[in-house]
Amino acid sequence: MSDLPSGDVLTRRGALKLGLLGAAGLLLGPRWDTPARAAEPTVRARSVIQIWMWGGPSHLDTFDPKPEAGYDYCGPFSKPIATNVPGIRICELLPLLAQQADKYSIIRSMLHGSNGHETASYMTQTGRKPGRLVYPSAGAVVSVFKGYDHGYRGIAPPYVVLTTPQGRFDEAGFLGQRYRPFATGGDPNQPRFVVEGIVAEGILDEHQGARRELLHTLDTLGRAVPADPLFQQHDRCEQNAYDLMLGQAKKLFDPAEETAEMRDRYGRSTFGQSCLMARRLVESGVPYVTINYRGWDTHKQNFEVMRRQLPDLDRGMATLFSDLSERGLLDSTIVWWSGEFGRTPKIQWEAPWNGGRNHYGKCFSAVVGGGGFKGGAVVGSSDARGEEVADRPVYPQDLIGSVYELLGIDPEGPLPNPLGLDVRVLPAADESLGSGGRLKEIM
Amino acid sequence: MAERGPNKRAALIDALLARDEFAACWALQWCDLLRVKAEFPINLWPNAVQAYHRWLLEALRSNLPYDQFARALLTSSGSNFRVPPVNFYRALQGREPASIAAAVALTFMGARLDSWPAERRADMTTFFSRITYKPTAEWKEEIVCLNPAPADALPARLPDGTPVTIAPGTDPRRVFADWLIAPENPWFARNLVNRVWSWLLGRGIIHEPDDIRPDNPPANPELLAYLEREFVAGGYDLRRLFRLILTSRTYQQSSIPRSDDAAAAALTAFYPVRRLDAEVLVDALCAICGPGEAYSSAIPEPFTYIPDSQRSILLADGSITSPFLELFGRPARDTGLEAERNNRPTDGQLLHLLNSTHIQEKINRGTWLRELAQGTQGNARRMIRGIYVRILSREPTQPELTAAEKYVAAGKVNPKAAALDLVWALINTKEFLYRH
Repeated sequence: MSDLPSGDVLTRRGALKLGLLGAAGLLLGPRWDTPARAAEPTVRARSVIQIWMWGGPSHLDTFDPKPEAGYDYCGPFSKPIATNVPGIRICELLPLLAQQADKYSIIRSMLHGSNGHETASYMTQTGRKPGRLVYPSAGAVVSVFKGYDHGYRGIAPPYVVLTTPQGRFDEAGFLGQRYRPFATGGDPNQPRFVVEGIVAEGILDEHQGARRELLHTLDTLGRAVPADPLFQQHDRCEQNAYDLMLGQAKKLFDPAEETAEMRDRYGRSTFGQSCLMARRLVESGVPYVTINYRGWDTHKQNFEVMRRQLPDLDRGMATLFSDLSERGLLDSTIVWWSGEFGRTPKIQWEAPWNGGRNHYGKCFSAVVGGGGFKGGAVVGSSDARGEEVADRPVYPQDLIGSVYELLGIDPEGPLPNPLGLDVRVLPAADESLGSGGRLKEIM
Repeated sequence: MAERGPNKRAALIDALLARDEFAACWALQWCDLLRVKAEFPINLWPNAVQAYHRWLLEALRSNLPYDQFARALLTSSGSNFRVPPVNFYRALQGREPASIAAAVALTFMGARLDSWPAERRADMTTFFSRITYKPTAEWKEEIVCLNPAPADALPARLPDGTPVTIAPGTDPRRVFADWLIAPENPWFARNLVNRVWSWLLGRGIIHEPDDIRPDNPPANPELLAYLEREFVAGGYDLRRLFRLILTSRTYQQSSIPRSDDAAAAALTAFYPVRRLDAEVLVDALCAICGPGEAYSSAIPEPFTYIPDSQRSILLADGSITSPFLELFGRPARDTGLEAERNNRPTDGQLLHLLNSTHIQEKINRGTWLRELAQGTQGNARRMIRGIYVRILSREPTQPELTAAEKYVAAGKVNPKAAALDLVWALINTKEFLYRH
């Protein structure tokens, strides 16, 4: 969210005036400026939609089916279906996504090795292994390079989460507050999508205006100290907030602006309408949108849960691909689907799990499409039971690095930060979790 | 408010320092610096967090002298549940001696070890090279102690360059702690008085307050030296130090600057305004509108349920949080840096204050307004005065009263909505949101 005066991008002097930099930042100063790069990378993608499968979805029951592994591995899902790309099969409960397979590629050889939600979430979203510092998630990094600091002036904040933050760790890491995602709250599938702070229940614009005037009249201290830089910043934020509340943002976040047919196409569920909302947001230029899709931590009764939820995933995500493509937005929008890990290929049939799957970080799947990623391909593979990566390992940093590259962010370049730390966008080889190289085969 | 008398202020300060909330406030501050947090990336674990927080709270409540406080944190051995200060060595992202040394230097010397030459860094690390961690049969219990393996005499050098030899069987941490808390130590008292100054006045005499090094000189060396002397002479008495600063003329200055000189801020020529800390702000809102905040943790934890009556300044665990606390800059407690807490306003905060369901429901739900309305029986003026006293702890000025009366009388909204709007407006004034 912008706390800068409108107009120019953040300059060093501007930052100093606003007191944005602590003394540490001042001393290490020049690193804050984005240094000139040897070769400016080509920008293929403008926006990212991250479908975050909170809890870790089973890879065997989604994009890496293993019917030949037997009942103890594939359970009742023994008939994967063909997609519109010859040779690629996915879970039988994803028929709509099967028809869009030419628009995305499946990575079946993701790994990081951790089975803990926190550590795994951290690694899959930052591309780093845990250490002394908490690094920012990909969304926060993108909002550094594509957000207000670099001229973004969109109606909505540059990094939006539908609808609640992922949690697990501070998404902005050491970048701080300013780069945290804007979490909408509310539910786009309700008659009124109450976007926290932007759309209030039952207060009309005229009333907003009247009480704002009252507030200004009564802001006695504010008027006594008009020149205080902190108060001035407060006033700018207030202006920006009212711009969001009374301006076009309200419309942007209103799913009712879409036709009923379009809303039906995405599915009348929180996830389906979040996909629709994500499309509206990237259409308006928002660089990074995360859909935080909960409910994939299927320790117990995995197959019942999958039967219930996969159709919802299928409808929303398939429509997102087709709709983005029809609107000509898919070329500039990366869609990235992944959880923090996969799930144990061997099913735990015994009580209390009753056909459950546990956490599994040794081998899992991710999906990428659009924004310069080729569709219709499979990257890497897992072994016959989906337990180990068989070939072409892809570590989180390979995937995230590829996303950055397509966005024109140099993964090897410095990451400007308010603490003045000398850090790179992604880790160098010696501090890396491991790397199988960026996804050149599908870029 | 109505009390008069020459010692009114001093008496009030003493009364406030004796309150439990004083301990709660500064325990909160210490928990930030000491990274008190159950989960990633600190992983202190819930039981240890509760034990550690209670120990810190009690130390501050009983006014444990600061040298003893530091000594306990630096030299304790035992179970993380039974000997809470050992958690100092557990609340770290890395447990290798270099990380421990960096945390000690940051916490008690206000120094960032990574700005030291490699040799001095290595010297400092030596003192923390014999700590070991042992699990027990109890879930998530851990013993922190000196490695019992036989060891040779350990040659070491203190941060001031003095060489020492640590005899076998002597805990190197004790040698370090004895040196650190000695009255002549150049870092120990300086770090603390500078931090307290910064907590109370918004800016360290050395700034950032946790970046003490030769090329970052104090804005006012005489003042810093005076506070150090007073603090050591007073036996490292924290309440006495607070009293000294709080009764000073500097602290009592108006926040309205009398000069535009850029140096004025560094020299504290006026009281610098600062937004209330996230926890304090939400506690104030609850105190006015009625309690009821929901907290959560990404991990199912035994201590996530927080009773309504508990203030958020007493939340022990940095992993237990609420969207409000996150939005308003509560620190993540990952690094122990003072700069982790960010009280600068953002668009998101303003959206929340001006237009969120959270705040609006708090305002609408409070029963006090209904009671006030009944008590004042439709007398708008008395109603306005009641709202002012409740929110800003003062009577309205004449122009304020007139403006509020005009709003009610204009009849654009019904009287009840007008009262709610007045509450909303006062909660959004800078007088309410900022320390001034």
